[in-house]
Amino acid sequence: MSEMPAALAEIVEDFQSVTEPERLEMLLDFSEELPELPARLAEHPDLLEQVVECQTPLFLNIEVEPGGEHRVSLFFSAPPQAPTTRGFASVLHQGLDGLPAAEVLGVPDDMPQLLGLTRALTPLRLRGMSAMLARIKRQVSERVAAAGS
Amino acid sequence: MSLPIDSNPSFANYAHPERLVSTEWLAANLSTEGLVIVESNEDILLYDTGHIPGAVKVDWHTELNDEDTRDYVDGERFAALMAAKGIGRDSTVVIYGDKSNWWAAYALWVFTLFGHADVRLLDGGRDKWIAEGRETTREKPVAVPASYPVIERDDTVIRAFLPEVLGHFGKPMIDVRSTEEYTGERTHMPAYPEEGTLRGGHIPTAASVPWAKAAAEDGTFKSRAELEEIYLGEAGLAAGDDVITYCRIGERSSHTWFALQFLLGFENVRNYDGSWTEWGNAVRVPIVKGIEPGAVPAGYGA
Repeated sequence: MSEMPAALAEIVEDFQSVTEPERLEMLLDFSEELPELPARLAEHPDLLEQVVECQTPLFLNIEVEPGGEHRVSLFFSAPPQAPTTRGFASVLHQGLDGLPAAEVLGVPDDMPQLLGLTRALTPLRLRGMSAMLARIKRQVSERVAAAGS
Repeated sequence: MSLPIDSNPSFANYAHPERLVSTEWLAANLSTEGLVIVESNEDILLYDTGHIPGAVKVDWHTELNDEDTRDYVDGERFAALMAAKGIGRDSTVVIYGDKSNWWAAYALWVFTLFGHADVRLLDGGRDKWIAEGRETTREKPVAVPASYPVIERDDTVIRAFLPEVLGHFGKPMIDVRSTEEYTGERTHMPAYPEEGTLRGGHIPTAASVPWAKAAAEDGTFKSRAELEEIYLGEAGLAAGDDVITYCRIGERSSHTWFALQFLLGFENVRNYDGSWTEWGNAVRVPIVKGIEPGAVPAGYGA
């Protein structure tokens, strides 16, 4: 059974508890909180995977701790003219960064639909969000497999 | 009351120079009475990060579409929307947006369905305004509610529906999507979600002219001579042709519709807004895969 990690569940609840215009404002706030890439990634764009399903350029990279619970670090890069994409990346960053791999893999695949934005955002945009989550999970699986257990 | 047209010499050769304004013109007219500036973006949040002073936002997805009928809003809702944005029937409307004005051109096309007389594009769009370091603000203007008449939408002149496209075989069509979309190439890899269309390819006989060919590096439209080379030369259109444009959902093809109709002066250009999302999924509707346009399908055409 999939279960929403606590930090992400809290963000989803925050979105659900307000009106649609307020949700869009929250997403804008999140977009401004997305951290910059660390220099080691910013200088090596080849290490980033593009989420081609997004309508605006979004690149991501996942690192997992080599041992233990394989805690996950998420890195995103998206231009300032793509605030919606940045906002969703930032939601995932704040909701998932630092969690054990198993918890990240357990995030329900329909999580992007739960933010209450399905009317305001286009279906393609929502697919981009689902694709972002799917690619994160795939990278987490690959990194964990590569690290051995 | 219409504002004077932008006499920028770079527009003079276009068929309808009154349909474009430059960033310089707009900067000089920001507070001119009778002008309403509209920002229309693909990204619903972008306006809120900062916009041209005084600009109101029109969201294509939530404000111009009717979600229940899969159509544009009707005359009453368009009138209400215009009134709320402070737009009167005789306002000069200048539209700009992200992505080289895809959505701005799309909004302009919808305004034209309702016969709004004076609606123009900001050449180069949002990116050019910002690249030139011009003023932006987060302050949302308080629109002075205007009155706008209820106008019945006219879908017969610049809009094509699927049966009309089927009846169009033998006459030119322009597919403005990327080459990969035109040929129907797909990537199949695990956890790489696909787009929602069942078939990849293009409408038989359509010429491939990706929309961006009409745009210069700075997002402005290319010169008339360059546009003629692309559409009359490479794509084989001839003056007087009856042309249909399409893309995935009709937004990029609005950009090409604008170029053909207002910059090159074609008088019969229709945008097929159902586009590939409808055509690629429709039953008993023929497609062609690969780079060749293909022939008129058996049973169709003159």
